[in-house]
Amino acid sequence: MELKKQVKGTMTIKLLMVSFLFLALFLLSFSIGRFPISPDMAAAILLSKILNIPNHWNPDMETIIFQIRLPRILAAALVGSALSVSGAAYQGMFRNPMVSPDILGVTAGASFGAALGMLFSFSGIMIQVSAFVFGLAAVGATCLIGALFAKRGEPGLVMILGGIIIGTLFTSFVSIIKYVADPYNTLPAITFWLMGGLATINIHDIYAISAPILAGMAVLFALRWNLNVLAFGDEEARALGVRTGITRFAIIICATLITAAAVSISGIIALVGLIVPHLARLFVGPDYRYLIPVSIVLGATFLLAVDDLARFLLAVEIPLGIATSIIGAPFFLYLLFNTRKGWI
Amino acid sequence: MLEIRNASCGYGAKTVVKDISFSLAPGELLCLLGPNGVGKTTLFKTILGSLKLQAGTILLHGEDVSKWSRRRFARKVGYVPQAHTPPFPFRVIDVVTMGRTAHIGVFSSPSAHDVAIAEQALQNLGISYLRESIYTEISGGERQLVLIARALAQQPDILIMDEPTSNLDFGNQIKVLDHVREVAKKDRISVILTTHYPNHALMYASNTVLLGRNNKVTIGPPEEVITEKYLKDAYQVEAQLHGIENRRGRKVTLCVPVVYA
Repeated sequence: MELKKQVKGTMTIKLLMVSFLFLALFLLSFSIGRFPISPDMAAAILLSKILNIPNHWNPDMETIIFQIRLPRILAAALVGSALSVSGAAYQGMFRNPMVSPDILGVTAGASFGAALGMLFSFSGIMIQVSAFVFGLAAVGATCLIGALFAKRGEPGLVMILGGIIIGTLFTSFVSIIKYVADPYNTLPAITFWLMGGLATINIHDIYAISAPILAGMAVLFALRWNLNVLAFGDEEARALGVRTGITRFAIIICATLITAAAVSISGIIALVGLIVPHLARLFVGPDYRYLIPVSIVLGATFLLAVDDLARFLLAVEIPLGIATSIIGAPFFLYLLFNTRKGWI
Repeated sequence: MLEIRNASCGYGAKTVVKDISFSLAPGELLCLLGPNGVGKTTLFKTILGSLKLQAGTILLHGEDVSKWSRRRFARKVGYVPQAHTPPFPFRVIDVVTMGRTAHIGVFSSPSAHDVAIAEQALQNLGISYLRESIYTEISGGERQLVLIARALAQQPDILIMDEPTSNLDFGNQIKVLDHVREVAKKDRISVILTTHYPNHALMYASNTVLLGRNNKVTIGPPEEVITEKYLKDAYQVEAQLHGIENRRGRKVTLCVPVVYA
């Protein structure tokens, strides 16, 4: 009994620790950027919305904080947590630590949707909608393959293979669009989108994506115990009383909604959905009761940190997708070589 | 308690096991014996509901289980797979608590009560010391015991065990089987287990189902149905049966392959 309480207590402390780290970084991020705003000033401006604080800053600062930095910081946190939580869910469900959220083709589909939108000069919002819809469509196609060929093999494996095929297909569709796109305006726009970034985020984007992301996360958290059981494979999970088919389906729907929503505003952000779940597992172990919340907070922290670096490290802003790869890859290798065996 | 009536099972249109009938009383330990490829696993998967029955019925407490939900079935029947390594390093207590899945809500996680039941299961098998160990880091024999504990945490009436002794060393095989028989006797749980060793059936089973080649099924007490002729037919090996009395005075029949000089 004592031991159990101790474990639960340790986990709570760990969750509080990452939450505190996130909160600190969240506040600090408001001072990062071309226009210098000190952290205490940023805090005062933020608090002035709730509390009555005497105005001692110029209105530009307030505009920068609320119109530019706040949406961007929220976007980084949301997208980071979205990719991480769906990566964590997929890794357990497919019983494979190498799986990332785009395994079923959602990213490739969303890229095609966005590229298509840009080719036809859709408005910004419509490009996002198109990316979101095609992201869902790609996963739908993968699920169809999975359903059609499920009898021929292990369902998880069939899905992964289906995802690879659909992903390749949509990637080649993107190439076709790039090939026919106007090389002076459309092509650079597509290329830039594919590199991933949060530079053009506004607060309405945040409103639009938070609903599917938060709802998906809530369902994944509710299914946390089933995710644990699914990690032992379909046959055992069934024998333990889990309705594997419908649970799997629910997890795929949630992870897809979450990822498609995130990617529709951010473009392709590599590695986050692969690395952060590992980092979280290293920290709290594979139990989804803790892995889900820690992945969410850690994912938000990680992408926010990388986005901050991307914003101020060089004179020109580094596209976020590139920054996550360049920072994430060596970081991941370091973790792989410096931690005890079996943590994956 | 469990009754298999005229069951035929197999994959798709192919029938592997044909028209088999047997039943299982509380506390009984039934060994399923047969050479590789005669359909032991197929029969198991069918009883567990992973494969559809091609014909016949499976009754549990007199009810047709084909209409039962996964959860209801999992509260009555515990499955012990062969020890394996999952990709993630769960703690032993968490693995055992997974046995409670059918007893808790779909969207909830186990309560202190469920953990207590899991702890009791560990204690019954004498492996409480493994509680905080990492499942992927313990030995094969321990892992098999943990999986049995997980099935016991389901609080089932029936345990179905798929070759619980394969991959285990000599000592662990006996330890696992001793525990299984004790659980069957003490808690009146019925056990079906498959094994590759006729001696395990001779030493532990109260009843035997022999699957032979060409859909041949023989059912009866082990010392009656495991004959030299059966061993020859099923395994193409000449073996001799010896009746011995061990030093505790228990009489057992054991089979020994006839080895040439």
